[in-house]
Amino acid sequence: MSHQDYEACEDGWAGSRQDPHMLNMRLYVPAVLFLVTLLLWNGTASAFCGFYVAKADSKLFNKASEVAIARAEDKTVITMANDFKGDVKEFALVVPVPTVLEKAQIHVGDAAVLKHLADYSAPRLVEYFDANPCRLLYPESRSMDMMGKASPSLQREKALGVSVEAQYTVGEYDILILSANESAGLETWLTENGYRIPKGASSVLHSYIKQNLKFFVAKVNLGEQAKLGLTHLRPLQIAFESPRFMLPIRLGTVNADGPQELFVYFLTRQGRVETTNYRTVPLPEAKEIPLYVKDRFGDFYRDLFAQQVKREQHRGVFLEYAWDMTWCDPCAADPLSGEELRSLGVFWLEPQGRPGRGPQAQNVFLTRLHVRYDEAHFPEDLLFQETSDRANFQARYILRHPWTGQDECTAAAAYREQLYGRYEQQAQTLATLTGWNIGEIRKAMNLAARPTRDENKWYQRLWNN
Amino acid sequence: MCFIRLIERVSCRFRSCDPRLYQIASLSTLLAYGLLWLHFDVSILQIALTFGTALLTQYAGTRLYKLPAFDPLSALVSAAGLCIFLRTNSMAVAALAAGIAIASKFTIRWQKKHIFNPTNLALLVVVTGSLGWISPGQWGQAAWFGFLIACLGSLVVTRAVRADVTLSFLGCYIGLLTARALWLGDPLTIPLHQLESGTLLIFSFFMITDPKTTPDSRVGRLIFTLLVALAALGVQFVLFRPHGPLWALLICSPLVPLIDRCFPGSRYDWARPSKGELTPPLSAPVFVPLSIPSQQRRVS
Repeated sequence: MSHQDYEACEDGWAGSRQDPHMLNMRLYVPAVLFLVTLLLWNGTASAFCGFYVAKADSKLFNKASEVAIARAEDKTVITMANDFKGDVKEFALVVPVPTVLEKAQIHVGDAAVLKHLADYSAPRLVEYFDANPCRLLYPESRSMDMMGKASPSLQREKALGVSVEAQYTVGEYDILILSANESAGLETWLTENGYRIPKGASSVLHSYIKQNLKFFVAKVNLGEQAKLGLTHLRPLQIAFESPRFMLPIRLGTVNADGPQELFVYFLTRQGRVETTNYRTVPLPEAKEIPLYVKDRFGDFYRDLFAQQVKREQHRGVFLEYAWDMTWCDPCAADPLSGEELRSLGVFWLEPQGRPGRGPQAQNVFLTRLHVRYDEAHFPEDLLFQETSDRANFQARYILRHPWTGQDECTAAAAYREQLYGRYEQQAQTLATLTGWNIGEIRKAMNLAARPTRDENKWYQRLWNN
Repeated sequence: MCFIRLIERVSCRFRSCDPRLYQIASLSTLLAYGLLWLHFDVSILQIALTFGTALLTQYAGTRLYKLPAFDPLSALVSAAGLCIFLRTNSMAVAALAAGIAIASKFTIRWQKKHIFNPTNLALLVVVTGSLGWISPGQWGQAAWFGFLIACLGSLVVTRAVRADVTLSFLGCYIGLLTARALWLGDPLTIPLHQLESGTLLIFSFFMITDPKTTPDSRVGRLIFTLLVALAALGVQFVLFRPHGPLWALLICSPLVPLIDRCFPGSRYDWARPSKGELTPPLSAPVFVPLSIPSQQRRVS
């Protein structure tokens, strides 16, 4: 089981997975059951997850959007990252929202904080260095332990059945909150007001109107942007209270040119977040891969993700990271400070006396989900639930450097013997994870040039034939 | 001809078995599929603890309430259901859930019939207490798998003679979901996607069908399933909360005694599966020997 593979390398694991009440349980559960089950229980623990080497940046993926959702007690703050590359005059954003938002409920965030969050939770590459086998009693078993596991005229609005519930200028954005009676009117209104609505969006808008959703519409106010002297667009933030725990993705899938990538970062109080109407799958983790992947980690992770999407028949939502915000091991970036978390909407954290970095955050659990979606495989909006699962998970891949010393001893000979098998295993793992050609992997690893001594049959070795 | 005779012989042989044996076999197959193929995050220890505690509680209840015999089958069905649905990081919670499930059968009763489906009650107690969680999306949308559940499940309900519960619940639920989609103007791929849920199918074929917690008469069962389907959609689309069908069953279960009073039927007995028709009144007096206990209490 995936969680159990990496559990062995976490200090904090014991608090979440291993049960402190186990001893009490034995008092009233028949001993026979325990004799069987305890034998199957693997309780190895070590406090080492390797040295952090590289991370898989979310920019690796085309058409990727990033959203951070901080939520507790139905109070929700959504931060929408903006990596719009074209002419800002062209920029427009239409998001269905559950309530009419007041000006104070809209905010412009800091792109750097979101970037920090993305870096902190990115899939990572770590490396280990084998120790001198001559100086360790059980080098192999030890290393295995370590490996662990959108300004319309009023009349026109009325004619179209669209009403502007509110209108604000926040930062560099002009924002409108719209409600509508029917979708065709809304679509016409949006088009007349310079919003490019994809063909076929009408039916989706109709559905949202019937579900009593309002529309948060944003455009860039060029004057304000010039005044602020900004060259990039900052993330938009909205805060509202609603029992709906969902992310509307349907407007994005209408007439979309191929599948789209979405990274969602959840900051919650209780535990991990998962989708309720799609299968949430943890990515393969703690896999040992060949050393040459160090320079190609981006390609590796992109291809690994594509393979997993295929394996789940393009219908999976993938868990990349689930961790208590107080720490990380190994850290792809420092944990976010209390101030940074509050800026992302973590309202339950009391303001810190002085801003600082480091492990100060409490009661904040981060879940990073990655989904590749299109209309055919994701017909419905993403619905979420917060679980009480506080078990840590990270998409972590391992490089294991062999020991290259010249010492001679029986353990060193045995160590050199098993290296080829280990390289072959790493090659096969890489091929399975990424779908890369095994022959090319072996070539890149220079495996063909290695001695074939280990390929001898057991009986050949027995009689030295 | 030979083939038909073979089927008849096999079905005759199986008709003599307790329907719960089929339930246990089906649920175990689903659990094995989940563990081996979908990599469910359930440890062997959790499974052992769930089954162990369920059986132990059943045994304790049998002794405490002086029941004629220890019947482990219902406890095994409840335990298998818990292993499929419940996720927790604490082994104590897994055992607690099994204990709550079985204990509820002995303690929360009305007119010699337990009120709540044991697995359903235990799951929602644990989830409400933030001690564990249910992953409704865990089965994915593999259509063939849904079909497999349907086949396995229908076998169970046919044996439990409660196929009407599954059919009327699914009928109401599918009808209401489709009506909602049509009203919203959504493509039919949306209700279809909502139905491609392994959790919904398992609920429809294995949980709501429990003859002990559903009304005795067929009319009663039809009313009951309509109420559950309406409540399930209410939880999902009005309250916007997950686990709609599970909450709906919990909310509607206390109405069963009332429905039974309005529409009486014969009480279900696992040993003699019946469709719930009332036995016609006998015209001649029947003499009952004094040595036979007039009423044996059955908790299963």
